[in-house]
Amino acid sequence: MTVDRRWQLSLRVVALAYLGALLFVPVGLIFYRTFEHGLAAVWESITTPAAIHAFQLTLEVTLIAVPLNTLFGIVMAIALARGRWRGKGLINAFIDLPFAVSPIVIGLSLVLVYGVHGWFGGALANAGIQVIFSVPGIVLATIFVSLPFVVREVTPVLKEIGDDQEQAAATLGAGAWTTFRRITLPAIRWGVAYGVVLSVARCIGEFGAVSVVSGKISGETDTLTLLVDKRFSNFDLAGAYAASALLALIALVTLLAMTTMNRRREEGDT
Amino acid sequence: MSATSLTGPRSAASGGSAPAGGAARRAAPAWRSTGALGLGVATLWLSVIVLLPLSAVVVHSLDGGLGAFWDAVTSRQALSALRFTVLVSLATALINVIGGTLIAWVLVRDRFPGKRFVNALIDLPFALPTIVAGLVLLTLYGQRSPVGIDIAFTQAAVLVALLFVTLPFVIRSVQPVLIELDTEMEEAALSLGARNATIFRRIVLPNLVPAILSGAALAFARAVGEFGSIVLISGNIPFKTQVSSVYVFNLIESDAPTSAAAVSTVLLLVSLAVLLAIRGLGRWGARHDR
Repeated sequence: MTVDRRWQLSLRVVALAYLGALLFVPVGLIFYRTFEHGLAAVWESITTPAAIHAFQLTLEVTLIAVPLNTLFGIVMAIALARGRWRGKGLINAFIDLPFAVSPIVIGLSLVLVYGVHGWFGGALANAGIQVIFSVPGIVLATIFVSLPFVVREVTPVLKEIGDDQEQAAATLGAGAWTTFRRITLPAIRWGVAYGVVLSVARCIGEFGAVSVVSGKISGETDTLTLLVDKRFSNFDLAGAYAASALLALIALVTLLAMTTMNRRREEGDT
Repeated sequence: MSATSLTGPRSAASGGSAPAGGAARRAAPAWRSTGALGLGVATLWLSVIVLLPLSAVVVHSLDGGLGAFWDAVTSRQALSALRFTVLVSLATALINVIGGTLIAWVLVRDRFPGKRFVNALIDLPFALPTIVAGLVLLTLYGQRSPVGIDIAFTQAAVLVALLFVTLPFVIRSVQPVLIELDTEMEEAALSLGARNATIFRRIVLPNLVPAILSGAALAFARAVGEFGSIVLISGNIPFKTQVSSVYVFNLIESDAPTSAAAVSTVLLLVSLAVLLAIRGLGRWGARHDR
C-alpha cells in the first residue's frame, strides 16, 4: 500500500502525538520534577536509611525470585517443547495465570493461605514463622507475579530450533547433561537472558501484590515501590519523585538491555 | 475437524524433512534429561506458587455460604465497581485497537529520524513500575499540571492510566505480522486500480485481525486487574472512579476477607475467560496462517 505523502505525514503526526502525550512527555516530566531542586536533594532523599533499606530489600527479593523462576522456566519450557504428556494443554494455560490475574487478587490469595486465618496460618504461627506482613510473603508474591516470563521466552525458541542437533549429539554418544550444556543451553541463551531481564523488571516493579502482603513496616517490609506510595501519601512529593526517578532509571536500563538483546536475537546470533 | 485443519498444513510443511515415522521417533535428549522428575518438580512449583493460593481464593469466597457470596458480589458498591472496571477496560481495549494498529503501521511502514528510539521506548510501560506510572501521569495531568489539564480523580484519569500501562500490547502483537506481510498483494491491488482505503480494508486489515484481537484481549485482561497505576490517580471515589481491584484492596484493609475473596473470584473468572479467548484466537490465527 503506497500511501501518499500527505497521509503518511498525518498518520505519523497522530501516532507521535499520541505517544508524546501518553508516554514521552509524562516520563520526561518526572525526571524534570525530580531534579528541578538540584541533585543534592535527590541524593539525600534516596540515601535515607528507609530508602536504602527499601532498595536492599527489593534487590534481595529479586535475587531470590529470579533464579528460582529461571530454573523452573527452563525445565518447564523443555517439558512443554519436547515432551508429550497428559495435561500439557492445561499446565500451559495455568502458566499464563500470573499475567492475567489482578495483583490484588494474588496478594489476597497469599493472605488466605499463609495469613493468620489462612489454611497454613495456624501451623506456621505454631512454628513461629511469619509469612504475611513479613519478608517471606513479599518473596512469595514476587515469585508468583514473575513466574511465566522465562518459560514464555524459552519455549518458542526451543520449538524453533527443533531437536535435530540434540538427536545428533545423542547419537554420537553425548549424555543428557552434556547435550543440554553443549547444545540446548547455547541455543536458548538469548531467550533465557531476555526472560531474566523481563523477570527482573517485574520483580523490582511489583506493587499491588506486595502492598497487600507487606504490612508496610518502615525499614523492614518496605520495597522501593511501596516507598514511593508511602512518601506520596505522606505529602513528601520530592521524596516520592526521587524514588520514582530511581525506579524509572532501572526501567530505562532494562529497556536498553531488552533492545540490545532483541537485536542480537534477530541477527541470528544463536 | 478443526484439529486436522490446524495440524494438517503444518505437518505437511515439515513432513518433507522429518522421517516418515514421526511418532516412532525417540524423545529428544533435552527432554529425557529432565524427564519425568523435572516435570514433576516444575509442576509442583507451579501448583504451590500459583494454583494453591488461587484455589484458596475460590474456597474462601464460599466461607459464608452461597448467600453471602452473592450478597458480596451484588452489593451496590461491588456492582458499580465491576461495571466501571469492565466498561473502562473495554474502552481501553478499543482505543488500543485503533491507536495500537496506527502506531504499529507507522513504526513498520513509515520512515523518520528517531524511529528506532521511539520503537525502543514503546516497551517502557512494561518496564516501568505501575506506581511510578501513576505518579508520572498525575504529575502531568493532576492538580499541579504544567499544561493546565487537571483530570485527577475522574473516570478519564483511570482511562488514561489504563491506556498507559496497556500501550505495548496491540503494537507489539501487530508489528511482527505487519513486517512479515507480503507487499506483493498490496501492489497487485494497487495496479488493478484499488484505492488505499480499499486495499487497507480488503487486504491489510484481514491479515492483521487475529493479531489485533489477541493484543486487545491481553490489554483488556491487564486493564481489568490493574491496580498500581490507578490507585493514586483515581482518588478511589465509590460509585465513580473506584475499580474492582481497588475495591478488593479496601475490603482486605477493612478486614472483610470473605467479601474480598468473593469479588476476587469474579475477577478470576473474567481473567480465565479472557485467557481462553486468547487461546481460541491463537488457534484461529494459526489456521489462517499460511
